[in-house]
Amino acid sequence: MSIKDKVAIVASSCTPFGEHWDRGTDDLLVQAASEAFEQITAKPDAYWLGTAQSGMSGITLARPLGLDDKPITRVENYCASGSEALRNAAFAVASGAHDVAMAIGVEKVKDSGYQGLNAFPIPGDGTGRTLTAAAMFSLVIPAYANKYGVSEEEMRDALAHVASRNHANGAKNPRAQFRREMSKESVIASPKVAGSLGVLDCAGVADGAAAAIVVRAEDATKFTDKPLYIKALSFVAGSGSGLTDPSYDYTHFPEVETSAADAYRQAGITDPRNAFAMAEVHDCFTPTELVLMEDLGFSERGTAWKEILAGAFDLTGDLPVNPDGGLKSFGHPVGATGLRMVFECWLQLRGEAPPERQISNERGLALTQNLGGYPGEMVSFVSIVGTDPG
Amino acid sequence: MRGILAAAGYVPYRRLQRSDIREVMGSGGGKGTRSVASFDEDTTTMAVEACRLLGTDLSPDSLWFSTAEPAYLDKTNANAIHTALRLDDDVAAMDVGGAIRSGVGALRAALEGNGTILVVSSDMRTGLPTSADEAQGGDGAAATLVGDGDVIASYLGGASATREFLERWRTPGSNRSRTWEDRFGESMYSPLAEQAWTAALKTADVTEVDVLCVAGMHTRSVGRVSKRLGAPRTIDLSSTVGDTGTAQAMLLLVNALETANSGQVVALVSLADGADVLVFRAVRAGIPKRTVDQQIATATDVPYTRFLSWRGMLTPEPPNRPEPARVSAPAAERGSDWKFGFVGDDRPLADTQGTIVTFTVDRLAYSPSPPIVFAIVDFDGGGRFPLELTDVDADLVKVGDRVEMTFRKLSTADGIHNYFWKARPVR
Repeated sequence: MSIKDKVAIVASSCTPFGEHWDRGTDDLLVQAASEAFEQITAKPDAYWLGTAQSGMSGITLARPLGLDDKPITRVENYCASGSEALRNAAFAVASGAHDVAMAIGVEKVKDSGYQGLNAFPIPGDGTGRTLTAAAMFSLVIPAYANKYGVSEEEMRDALAHVASRNHANGAKNPRAQFRREMSKESVIASPKVAGSLGVLDCAGVADGAAAAIVVRAEDATKFTDKPLYIKALSFVAGSGSGLTDPSYDYTHFPEVETSAADAYRQAGITDPRNAFAMAEVHDCFTPTELVLMEDLGFSERGTAWKEILAGAFDLTGDLPVNPDGGLKSFGHPVGATGLRMVFECWLQLRGEAPPERQISNERGLALTQNLGGYPGEMVSFVSIVGTDPG
Repeated sequence: MRGILAAAGYVPYRRLQRSDIREVMGSGGGKGTRSVASFDEDTTTMAVEACRLLGTDLSPDSLWFSTAEPAYLDKTNANAIHTALRLDDDVAAMDVGGAIRSGVGALRAALEGNGTILVVSSDMRTGLPTSADEAQGGDGAAATLVGDGDVIASYLGGASATREFLERWRTPGSNRSRTWEDRFGESMYSPLAEQAWTAALKTADVTEVDVLCVAGMHTRSVGRVSKRLGAPRTIDLSSTVGDTGTAQAMLLLVNALETANSGQVVALVSLADGADVLVFRAVRAGIPKRTVDQQIATATDVPYTRFLSWRGMLTPEPPNRPEPARVSAPAAERGSDWKFGFVGDDRPLADTQGTIVTFTVDRLAYSPSPPIVFAIVDFDGGGRFPLELTDVDADLVKVGDRVEMTFRKLSTADGIHNYFWKARPVR
């Protein structure tokens, strides 16, 4: 069984991401929802709200939208909460339980007063790891370099390329948090946050919201003449065993490999490197994107760093990755990120991206990969969408 | 034969060069070094360290813990020590509280009592910047297993002399001790020491003492009494460890027993609100896992300003991150074998060494003393766990380094101390 070609995306929206000191969660939700509503005539009859910690329960969405007595579910799955909303909304229409469903994600991060992202404290025995995500992902750098014999300089160069390229893409995106190009030199010279990770290796921390409306595939053209059909939705939650598994070496993310393999099976993809017009991946830190290129099967193990340096994943490369700037420069409002990735697929595959970053959409398929957690303890989501109704 | 079955001292890894105090403040300080407990140590964790160094299967009937710097009031600190040592739950654990004299007092009560008693004392001493207490104080702990049988030192007898006088005092919550004019204390301690000494030697039925230990925060009196009583050998840790207050009497005794020849008479004199004298005969060498001298020899300096920040005398800007949440009491209780005993999959990881697989330095995470050095550790015999490293310099950590486990305080929130295990380089 698979979800392939059963569901279509008929509207997609995304607010600008950034430090919205003047706007709260309600404002962001209203903007993203309104922009999606405007694209179709019907109103959704069910809603899934993805947010990590900007609100609890469906009332978080019902109140600002003035929705009375609608089935609204708040979902949370770390930084993949937005993707989780899409997955559940898609299943709802596919099952026939609802005809039109909205997936919406939001995060109001910048009201916390702290740098970075902060998780709700859940009462516990105090023995859990207390490291930041940056520190956990920084473990990838020496592990990868040692395993594949990559020198420290080559490694720095490749990671700086990821940051610099995503900044260049973000500079062409009016919704992005950071719209300034960033040289590799300044990425390398940025102050260290954890291990050899500098500030500019880290995703932007931003407020924002994004939404998508889904219907059954057979109804899609009633709503839009250019729907995107869902080819695969895969989600896995790891057991956290990587933290205590002596065979885990921090050079790959098994949860991503599993969800990618599942998504490719659903979509019938055997050659991922040549299948997609583009990919949006979870570049929370530069080494994350490096490893994802291999976990998603875009590069052979131990070679992604070379392909990154060769520009294979640049806007002009053979597989553009994060053409909207990614988490790195578009910003990362946790619950919105997964749906923001879908929004870029929506723009690019429909040929509606700004001309300066519009890529060739001849291939007609795009991938989003959204993760939460850390190496060893991760949730991973992979979706594939396409223009062909199948 | 009743006496001491095992003895060990714990001297924390860091030293403060007393000359640093004068360099920064323009006054105070002195010669030599003092021991400094790390930011993640308290009297409870140091007591655990001392007990773990005893190097013997511990199965006491009771555990008595004394300190003048308790991590908790009302709550018994000995329970955390008890559980960290994985003692059976029919072993009584109690605090002998409050004053410096409680250290030697607990030891004497154990020696003159029944059963096998694990006596541990621990203290952290400091005072206001440039004070004599700051420079001459020390941090450390000492443990002895007291009982009958195959002792390393037999207890020959002891005596005390008590008198009410105000020489040193501190009200609860204060970060400094106060003292009366120095010469007043001297006039009190000298005759009290004389009185207890004479009585103790008579009880012990000895006339000559080979090794003398004199403990006390009143430095003048310690010097004078040491000279007056005289012995071929005097144990003195003042220029290396400093005066560890409640722990000092037992720490000196431990050091004496580590170095005494069998048959020698060892006398311990403690001057704290009176005088207590305990007399022992060394039976055999009592060598713990690491001797006090070994710990003195493997130490690293801590800059004076960092010492001040560790003691709350100087507050650097913390990372702009939320402070840790408080520990849940029921969750901690359910997981106490893990949290306090560090037993995982029925294996005592606390006693297992490991190897650093990879590590990172987290400059953003909250820590009472940033940055956090964090390592993925593979344990000998299998198993992996991510652990914070302590007693390390971030620049010197390497993949492949060997580590051992140490019981520490991760943080404190809502007045609740979060104890758990960290890893430190094997030295």
